[in-house]
Amino acid sequence: MPSKLIEKYIREDHLPHIWCPGCGHGILMRDVAEAVSELDLDQEKVFLISGIGCSSRAAGYMDFNTLHTTHGRAIAFAEGVKLARPDLNVLVIAGDGDIAAIGGNHLIHAARRNIDITVVVFNNDIYGMTGGQFSPTTPTGDFATTAPYGNIDRPFDIAKLAEASGATYTARGTAYHAQLTIKLIKEGILHRGFSLIECASVCPTYYGRKNKKGGSVELMTWQKDNCVLSEKAAKMTKEELEGKLVIGKLSETDLPEYTDEYKKIIDKARGYHG
Amino acid sequence: MSKKVLMQGNEAVVEGAIAAGMRFYAGYPITPSTEIAEQSSVRLPQVGGTFIQMEDEISSMAAVIGAAVTGAKAMTATSGPGFSLKQENIGYACITEIPCVIVDVQRSGPSTGLPTSPSQGDVMQARWGTHGDHPVIAISPASVSECYFLAIRCFNLSEKYRTPVILLMDEIVGHLREGVEIPDHLDIEVVDRRLHTDKGHMPYEADEKGVPGWHLCGIGRYNITGLSHDVSGFPTNSNEVTDKLVRRLMGKIQNNADDIIEVQEEYLDDAETVVLCYGGTTRAAMSAVLEARAAGYKVGMFRPITVWPFPEKRLKEISSGKKVKRIIVAEHNFGQIVLEAERIVKNDCKIDFIGKVDGTVITPGEILEKIKEAE
Repeated sequence: MPSKLIEKYIREDHLPHIWCPGCGHGILMRDVAEAVSELDLDQEKVFLISGIGCSSRAAGYMDFNTLHTTHGRAIAFAEGVKLARPDLNVLVIAGDGDIAAIGGNHLIHAARRNIDITVVVFNNDIYGMTGGQFSPTTPTGDFATTAPYGNIDRPFDIAKLAEASGATYTARGTAYHAQLTIKLIKEGILHRGFSLIECASVCPTYYGRKNKKGGSVELMTWQKDNCVLSEKAAKMTKEELEGKLVIGKLSETDLPEYTDEYKKIIDKARGYHG
Repeated sequence: MSKKVLMQGNEAVVEGAIAAGMRFYAGYPITPSTEIAEQSSVRLPQVGGTFIQMEDEISSMAAVIGAAVTGAKAMTATSGPGFSLKQENIGYACITEIPCVIVDVQRSGPSTGLPTSPSQGDVMQARWGTHGDHPVIAISPASVSECYFLAIRCFNLSEKYRTPVILLMDEIVGHLREGVEIPDHLDIEVVDRRLHTDKGHMPYEADEKGVPGWHLCGIGRYNITGLSHDVSGFPTNSNEVTDKLVRRLMGKIQNNADDIIEVQEEYLDDAETVVLCYGGTTRAAMSAVLEARAAGYKVGMFRPITVWPFPEKRLKEISSGKKVKRIIVAEHNFGQIVLEAERIVKNDCKIDFIGKVDGTVITPGEILEKIKEAE
């Protein structure tokens, strides 16, 4: 029921949004709303935090308590919110540049702490808002306004980076695979600990155009034809996976959560000092 | 019942902050402020609060604002290099009007400088460190006792005016140990942010002082953004709305300067020479003034406790008084507040300057010598 979803979770008086025609972010924002709706979370207990960039504008459009912060720092703000109010459902929406370049340090340390925050990355492989510069996820060899001769940087795998840093739930969805992505976001929110769902978005305006990969339809058709579910990928060889994007749940472990551990510190400190 | 306790300046800041209601601290270790983090890590869980050591100075400032958004009274502490890193998010707290306290225990710079040596080189950074026009309150203690009481004042002002407040310390007071008369907690005045009592208010609707009320977290749904915003809290591209916002932000401090500004004045009645000082330098200045007066010199002292907004009205009254012939500005830098003094005093009287950038303290003897210099 998309219309009811919009009515309940989108601030319609702040539309139209700033995203370009064909951008994947709108679909992903809807996936977040759908996940919250299916989990029936109290909207006033959901705190959505974002940084700076195209994806970060989602905070202004979604009807929760929303905090649109500084570039790269959304996770650090979110940690303050969560530590002060562990009862809140704290979500972060961030772009690839926001979370893996300028905010990379906060990502790895929040993951290491295993603090109960759910990060949804809208990864469009490019800096969209500033006009198409290469990001930490732009594939090597691709073109961008600051990579006019081809990108020589190697891209980050954000989900893998988060897992290696200590995130206890990681997954990957896409703008095309909406039902799967909704399920993954729900799992991430329900997971007790740091969860990250990397969502492949599409940017026809800059990434598609600069790389002659077509418009939104072509970019999403690529997602449809080249994604492999993680269960299936586990049985495939490295060669077979060449050029494919692995989607689905990527990792999940059960480890102590940070605010739970801090509660024990408070008990300890109060016990020792009466 | 009050009690007298021997404390270090940095430690007194934490005790004062907790008395004022601090329940959240995020920070990163840096000399000479580290004891504030250490003491917070011990004390906060004892009062049910939260301490977190973040991965850097930027995230410390961010986490403090995040906690403050939920209603917690939150603080961070740092020194020069870390103060530089915090600046962007301090500006965010200014425009979003999130109350919080930033302690800067100044050390010798620029850059890594002399990390364990005293300085007052961040005074202008406290005023202009973050980009754009923004309001600032900065308060500078001169004793351990003041570290305690001015930390409380920082929290109270940040709550009252919904703005970040800087406790501008220096290594001298941060590492000083003195007795502090700690009052009974019932005798401490604690100010809390004014709450909007119903959902009818727009989140950035201000009162006659220019300060908006506060919505309790979890009751209603609000948007906070560092973008220029209207009274609803949502972004705007309107030049008119932006003009109104920035003027209100500046106005809520400027128009309430009399409430915010505190000064210390000594022997100004007959003073022909006035020593202008602040923070740790006050201690040397006071000794010099007492010694000079004992030797018959008509000298007094004027000290902004509130460094920003600068007490310009009061300084003008002093400098334009008939008796005052000379103002000696003594500060632990290459000349920062002396620029403010020159701007305000103009041709009222002569201005002399004592500055130091070698990492040693300004001594009473150096100030005394300047007082005794022929005019």
